[in-house]
Amino acid sequence: MAIITYREAIRQAMDEEMARDASVFLMGEEVAQYNGAYKVSQGLLEKYGPKRVLDTPITEEGFTGIGIGAAMVGLRPIVEWMTLNFSLMAFDQVISNAAKMRYMSGGQVKMPIVFRGPNGPAEFLAAQHSQALQSIYAHFPGLKVVAPATPHDAKGMLKTAIRDDNPVIFLEAEMLYGTTGEVPEEEYLIPFGQADIKRPGKDVTLVVHGKPLRMVLEAAKTLEGMGIDAEVVDLRSIRPLDEASIYRSVGTTNRCVVVDESWPFASVGSHVAWLVSKNCFDLLDAPVELVSSEEVPMPYNHRLELAVQPSVDKIVAAAKRVLYKV
Amino acid sequence: MSERNLKDRGLDFLMGLLTSMLSIRFVEEKAAQMYGLRKIGGFCHLYIGQEAVGVGAIAALDLTKDYVLTAYRDHGHAMACGMEPGVMMAELFGKETGCSKGKGGSMHMFDADRHMLGGNGIVGGHIPVATGVAFKIKYNAEDGVVLCFFGDGAIHQGAFHESLNLAKIWNLPVIYICENNQYGMGTDFRRVSSVHDLSSMGAAYGIDGRQVDGMDVLAVFDAVKAAAEKARVSGEPALLEIQTYRYKGHSMSDPGKYRTREELDAYRQQDPILLLKNRMMAEGLLTESEYEALQAAQRKVAEDAVAFAEASPEPALETLYEDIFA
Repeated sequence: MAIITYREAIRQAMDEEMARDASVFLMGEEVAQYNGAYKVSQGLLEKYGPKRVLDTPITEEGFTGIGIGAAMVGLRPIVEWMTLNFSLMAFDQVISNAAKMRYMSGGQVKMPIVFRGPNGPAEFLAAQHSQALQSIYAHFPGLKVVAPATPHDAKGMLKTAIRDDNPVIFLEAEMLYGTTGEVPEEEYLIPFGQADIKRPGKDVTLVVHGKPLRMVLEAAKTLEGMGIDAEVVDLRSIRPLDEASIYRSVGTTNRCVVVDESWPFASVGSHVAWLVSKNCFDLLDAPVELVSSEEVPMPYNHRLELAVQPSVDKIVAAAKRVLYKV
Repeated sequence: MSERNLKDRGLDFLMGLLTSMLSIRFVEEKAAQMYGLRKIGGFCHLYIGQEAVGVGAIAALDLTKDYVLTAYRDHGHAMACGMEPGVMMAELFGKETGCSKGKGGSMHMFDADRHMLGGNGIVGGHIPVATGVAFKIKYNAEDGVVLCFFGDGAIHQGAFHESLNLAKIWNLPVIYICENNQYGMGTDFRRVSSVHDLSSMGAAYGIDGRQVDGMDVLAVFDAVKAAAEKARVSGEPALLEIQTYRYKGHSMSDPGKYRTREELDAYRQQDPILLLKNRMMAEGLLTESEYEALQAAQRKVAEDAVAFAEASPEPALETLYEDIFA
């Protein structure tokens, strides 16, 4: 297996799918001549030309809507948002059109489109550029939402997303682009709706998706030093959600901590915590814990911004609470 | 008034326009009546008075390769694209036999086979989508065009302005048709527009704009035909402000207190159906008795549409979960 970066995994997925299917194209701000604001589309313009790799003006509503229209009549657009924060400018297009066109037309149209870009806080970016927005997208029926955390998952799931006949919100992260991991040399796809056990364990279940996975694995290592064997369930796909894998894990550990870097009010994390509380009620030996963002806009100061987000310490503390080892 | 000799246009063509406008008029009147009887609910925006715009414009298309997208006042466009009146009325009734299986209603008429892609309820929200359909035409090197209808109320939305810019920089074959019926809901367009010649809005994007008399179906046909031919050859987008008038309220709940009786009566004097009928009679192309027979036949079409809708079944409850994903 090759070791590549998360950034390269996404680039490879787009490259392979563009080579396979002439109806796949990439559009977004700075994706072509600049090779991507985060260099995710490096070399694609050179390989596929300006017809299939398009720089757009800074008009998220306009180009997102163009992608949606093109998808409705058979193309397979990949729309890159420079960050998910800017997707709010295109929110109406995604929610009112991409998510609903098939339903409103009684199944007359398909919507094979991928919206992708970095989501969640990075560093020193302050309030408008540091939001984890998965919860609002996951709220709407008609959208698939995925948040792979490793190069392996990112590549396999982006290929699946591009081949899907439905709109997929594909969540990456600035802080993940440079991280590395093993990726098979041969082609592979990862279906949506399948969580992955990133670390088996028997004492407590840690449920996570996206970027905080690395933090959760570190917390599991710390817990191991305390004699606590944590199981890490990486959802990978938020919608569809693999509830069965969560319940199976909680069925063996009887304790659950959910980690989600978005705000806790009506979030993916709070939803998963509710599902576990409701469906594993008789199996649980402690109330479900949720580790999330503090309920504040993101401050610029580094000490403050770190205090806002989930951390290894907070996850370890929550795991100890559900084990009554405080 | 369009200048060409009426006879040169061919009797079948003229009768087609007259029939189509009458058909829409009578079906819409039936819809109003059925709304009063509570057979139709929710928002219902009638096209009465504006028939010449949709009919004249769509007559200039070849729907095997061209496309139509419109806003929520969509009944007329759907019928002009060839949707069966019964199928449309059934959709208004929310029946299983409706074009969108009862899931769309008045604002979401879709007939994908006839390239009629909705029916959109968000003011201006479909303008980028229509532009995306034109993107597909260019991407696949087809020679179709897209007609994108919207109202005077939509022209100030960012979606409109972003779309025009994108259509121009990418040379997309889309004709933006602003149906200026003078009022955005209850607001006179002159109160909320920085310019009163809405066709001048194309100038900022280097797009040709012109005003067209929307009460004259032949003037509409000629203008759209010319713009479409140009778009087919050069991929040039165009903007047409087609000046028209709606006789009914914005929707069924609108008493129309923002305009005078005199104004409405003045427009009724230049009714698009009356105008064409009178010209055809003056040229000896239509007799009073032929016109009466045509009216009777179209009234029957409207009645049959209601009978079809009435007799159709409600959608089954389990269809709730169908058509969310492909």
